[in-house]
Amino acid sequence: MAQHKINYLSEGGLPVALTTVDKLVQWGRSNSMWPLTYGLACCAIEMMATGASRYDFDRFGTIFRASPRQSDVLIIAGTLTKKHSPFMRRLYDQMSEPKWVISMGSCANTGGMFNTYATVQGADRIIPVDIYLPGCAPRPESLQYALMLLQKKVRTESASRKLKPKRLV
Amino acid sequence: MRAYQDKKNVQAKAYYNDRFYVAPQIPKDEVSTDEVFAKDVKDLESSFFVKEAYIQRGQLVVYISAKDNLAVMEFLRDKLNYNFLSELSAIDWLAKSGEFEIFYQMLSTSKKKRMRVKFFIKEKEEIKSVTSIYQSADWAEREMYDMFGVRITGHHYMKRILMPDDWHDHPLRKTYPLIGDEEAQWYEIDKIFGREYRDIIGPEERDGARIVEKDTHRFSRIKHEVPFGTEYSEKETEMDYQEEGGIPIVRKLSKKNEPKILKERP
Repeated sequence: MAQHKINYLSEGGLPVALTTVDKLVQWGRSNSMWPLTYGLACCAIEMMATGASRYDFDRFGTIFRASPRQSDVLIIAGTLTKKHSPFMRRLYDQMSEPKWVISMGSCANTGGMFNTYATVQGADRIIPVDIYLPGCAPRPESLQYALMLLQKKVRTESASRKLKPKRLV
Repeated sequence: MRAYQDKKNVQAKAYYNDRFYVAPQIPKDEVSTDEVFAKDVKDLESSFFVKEAYIQRGQLVVYISAKDNLAVMEFLRDKLNYNFLSELSAIDWLAKSGEFEIFYQMLSTSKKKRMRVKFFIKEKEEIKSVTSIYQSADWAEREMYDMFGVRITGHHYMKRILMPDDWHDHPLRKTYPLIGDEEAQWYEIDKIFGREYRDIIGPEERDGARIVEKDTHRFSRIKHEVPFGTEYSEKETEMDYQEEGGIPIVRKLSKKNEPKILKERP
């Protein structure tokens, strides 16, 4: 039996933290954002570099998954062509909710330098995007920062929210 | 190259005629200047109609008639030892003469010579596939159909190779706009959501230089970021990945929160 009184609520007491369910759930979600392994063009190289040991995405709890069923984040890394757009939409639809999208690089944001017949002029024409990451191609630090901003966004959302209809959905 | 001409203070004049670049022509040599090619052309002429033949940059160029293409290819492979078809494609001259110019780039590994077989066809004229003679023509012919709409008979799998199957028109024709025709511009919307979504999503933004500062749907001003679609704000936003107050466990580093080493437990 304890010989002394412990003030549980003060610092230095037992490691107890008071929080809300929302915060706890979203804290968990934000620290295990699993992106889909989905590279479309040269941005994918930077995405791979971000995942590899030098920049190390794992320390954010971000582990690339090979299946849309297991992923929370879709990183559109590269040029989205019109031929590919139905597949991209299908993969997005296959992801279970809650799900988020990072549009990585100029091509995915706006079509970039490909002002042509074959390129989708911004991936947000077919799927709703949470974070637009500029750059051609963005450095791994940028992608990490985008993910950190997304984590911040996730933490401010409520856990039980119904997915607000974003654009297009 | 063009010969240099003194422009003579051209800025002072409203116009000067030498404004556009005129592509220089590579000089053409007689076929008789090369023994091997001279013999090849002679053999070819004995069996087929040869419209024109010359040597350009060490390569033989032969114009034949369109209906002979398969027979000429077979002759070149079996009799003249041009055993490799490196490339074939079309050139769009529809605006000039209503014709496509088709070329086959050939290589003979035994003779160490390259030659080009060329002919003209009308826009809707069909040509015979040479896949039965050269396997390498397979994808090249599909690409030629996909990009130019050249009709080819006798190909075992004649289907578009680059563009989707339900694509409209052939993108490499000179009449095809670079940003695509109407079908192309709405392609992904029509296919994924259906035509009625065109009004909801709106046309593509094709002007890469367009910036509307107060449009928070499309633009985000650095250090003035606001959530998507909300009111534009002049106030500076704090660029920090961690929200106010932080999250449990993780703490912001600041002077106030700096850890202190205590002598004893309080």
